[in-house]
Amino acid sequence: MRHPTFAKALLVAGSIALGLGAVSTASAQKTGGILNFVVGSKIPSYDAHRETTFGMVHPLAPFYSVLIRVNPENPQSATDFVCDLCVGGVPKPTNDGKTYTFKIRDNAKWHDGDPVTAHDVAASFNNVIFPKEGVPSARKAFFRMVKSVTAPDDSTVVFDLEFPSGAFIPAVAGPQNWIYKKAILDKDGTDWYAKNVMGSGPFIFVTHEPGSYVEGKKNPDYHHKGQPYLDGFKAVAAPKMALRTQAIRSNRAAIEFRGFPPKARDDLVKALGDKITVQESDWNCVLLSTPNQKVKPYDDPKVRQALTLAVDRWGGSKYLSNIAIVKSVGGVVFPSHPLAATKEEMTKLMGYGEDMAANREMAKKLLKEAGHENLKFTLHNRGVDQPYKVVGTWLVDQYRKVGMDVDQRVQPTTPFYATLRKKKDFDVSIDFNCQSVINPISDVTKFLGSAGNNYGQYDDQPLEDIYNKLLRSGDEAEQRTLMREYETRAISDQAHIAITLWWYKINPHRSYVKGWKIAPSHYLNQQLDNVWLD
Amino acid sequence: MSKYILKRLLLAIPTLIGAALFVFLLLRAVPGDICEVRMGGEGAYVDEEQIQLCRDKLGLNDSLVKQFGSFIGGYLTFDLGESMWTGRAVTEEISLRFKLSLQLAIMTTLVAALIAIPLGVISAIKQNTWIDYAVRVFSISGIAMPSFWLGLMVILGLLLSTEWLSSVTEGRWFPDGGWMPPIEYVSPFKDPFGNFAQLIWPALATGWRYSAVVARMTRSAMLEVLREDYVRTARAKGLLNKLVINRHALRNAMLPVITVLGIEFAFLIGGLVVTEQVFNLNGLGKLFAESVLNADYNMTQQLVMLVVLLFVLTNLVVDVLYAWLDPRIRYS
Repeated sequence: MRHPTFAKALLVAGSIALGLGAVSTASAQKTGGILNFVVGSKIPSYDAHRETTFGMVHPLAPFYSVLIRVNPENPQSATDFVCDLCVGGVPKPTNDGKTYTFKIRDNAKWHDGDPVTAHDVAASFNNVIFPKEGVPSARKAFFRMVKSVTAPDDSTVVFDLEFPSGAFIPAVAGPQNWIYKKAILDKDGTDWYAKNVMGSGPFIFVTHEPGSYVEGKKNPDYHHKGQPYLDGFKAVAAPKMALRTQAIRSNRAAIEFRGFPPKARDDLVKALGDKITVQESDWNCVLLSTPNQKVKPYDDPKVRQALTLAVDRWGGSKYLSNIAIVKSVGGVVFPSHPLAATKEEMTKLMGYGEDMAANREMAKKLLKEAGHENLKFTLHNRGVDQPYKVVGTWLVDQYRKVGMDVDQRVQPTTPFYATLRKKKDFDVSIDFNCQSVINPISDVTKFLGSAGNNYGQYDDQPLEDIYNKLLRSGDEAEQRTLMREYETRAISDQAHIAITLWWYKINPHRSYVKGWKIAPSHYLNQQLDNVWLD
Repeated sequence: MSKYILKRLLLAIPTLIGAALFVFLLLRAVPGDICEVRMGGEGAYVDEEQIQLCRDKLGLNDSLVKQFGSFIGGYLTFDLGESMWTGRAVTEEISLRFKLSLQLAIMTTLVAALIAIPLGVISAIKQNTWIDYAVRVFSISGIAMPSFWLGLMVILGLLLSTEWLSSVTEGRWFPDGGWMPPIEYVSPFKDPFGNFAQLIWPALATGWRYSAVVARMTRSAMLEVLREDYVRTARAKGLLNKLVINRHALRNAMLPVITVLGIEFAFLIGGLVVTEQVFNLNGLGKLFAESVLNADYNMTQQLVMLVVLLFVLTNLVVDVLYAWLDPRIRYS
């Protein structure tokens, strides 16, 4: 229960935007000022096509444009995509859903003054989808449906698909699909972009002090007229969470875009009152518990079902959300997406029923039937507090409630991944799925035994078959039906992986930061062109 | 003397090779590699083909002999290679941070020496009095206090005290949430005050711990020297106590103190892993921690070798200083 004084502080703490990002945008944005923000990770190379970390997206995304993006004014919507370099909105497909033609705006310029053309856009997507031999591309697999990307003239880009797919447009809207200059790619390849910056985004690169900060200044020739509002920004690397919180408190930084745990939010609100605004949102990351099916008895679906039945998701949501960055109960799809299971559909899944006593009885019964009433195992976990260790400790307690004898083994990130990917000697492991643009058809590949990030070590051809139909379906109703079928098999009938809770994003920031709206991913809405300081 | 220095420098070569082999094997004994962390560390889709491509590019699929040859060969060709994480030259990454770490090490050593030597001397002169006990409590507290906790307390203390001052002065002196040191590097040439404001707090926090070791060493050495015959003789000659302490006792007691100061200085250059993280200082300690966490073999190896080299050189300098302080010591 909250202390009354604190509750009062919360009340006056500006707007707390729940879910819909209800932070009001003033009609008259002010121009000028430098936005200082902190980033909790580090920059590897500058090339977003090869990197996966938000540590390079936050400080460098403002230098680049993309073809389409999640609507910065409505980032909570999983389906609202708008043009950045294209004009006239996101095109409808032709040729039975297999051709998308984008018209490119004629007023976009590179920071060196050259015009941005459709050839640059096509070259950039070709670099992502069909990289030359030896060129890394982290998201090549998201574009399995694409046959070719061409630019028939300076203002037209055409994507030809092998088959229609609902996963295509969200994949194109990926925040790391930065548009690079074709002339540079042709001359020096992407290695140039790994060490240099040349974009057409709202800010121009000024300097990078490795390990410390990145500075950018306003691009006066930005193609969205009137934007950006800021004169510039400074992104300061600060890996320690406590320091990031204190930086906001002392006004060394105005905002951190990834997210804070509830305690940090509460501390900031308590200290600063209405000088802090809190935005909160569901987060497109989910914490999972994955049994290793190459280890007995986890090859037995009854044992796996018992593992998922043991977890009180609804109760956990209520209590864990006070101390950890998790909250929403959901199935395989991001909770508020149209393809996600409704509560009614969810409660039919194994382990999602609200009667926990019944769930636990069922778990015990299944364990008995499987001959493992006193199942003993070690839960493998990642040595990161939020939310891994918090949720891991809670899971141990949940398993013990059905008579399992469980302890926890925590490893730092590098050996943690080595255990999952190379040694594969764990019983049950905490696992996670964290994506950027909400693209359920692509995001749910995590549950396929064949996926590169699946550590359960199983083959399930019927599940692969359902997925292949889902990937090739252009009809939303059919996608929904197939998704339920897929979900039921993956996490209920076969219980390959148990979903614990979806993450919850909390962004407390100085109230003078306006225009930025929380998105359901820490990768999204980071170009900062609509951000201003009051 | 020059013969001695040359001999010591030649002896450093097998030490460095041994250290290189040790760190090379130790890093590879830890499961996992940078490509897995880089491609899959944030929970997104991971393409095994991309991980292999990453390993090929970084030479991680080469034999251990080839990898070690490339590591050692770099010293012969004066090419230390690139950071596996950033792709930047190791020399560039290190030189960027070296200036901060060096400045912090110097400031910390000064803080420690300024606190420790007078306290150690007073403690020895006033042996077994309340002053001695107070100094010993102060010293033991410095050693006992974990540096990360002390760093956090310093920042929190600054925030809370300046927040209070801010409310008293209606925000004229400090920002509303309180003041904390700058979180990004401030060059002393551009903003000397900002630089001092950033580094003095970690220097004080680290200097306290460091001073505790030095104060205790000063006290022990002084107590030993004060019992020597020549000190008794000096006193018998009727010399002022101040002169006896400063001229005859302190100088001779400084030998072990300088050894400790020297070794700690070398440690401070690359060893302030926790303090640099707590204060967000972009120094070698933070780089070292990040490199280990990222399994950036190349950067970690070169940082360890730098620290080993610093220790070897510092030991040499300390030995040479011995001769200056104590003319009885000769190196022939």
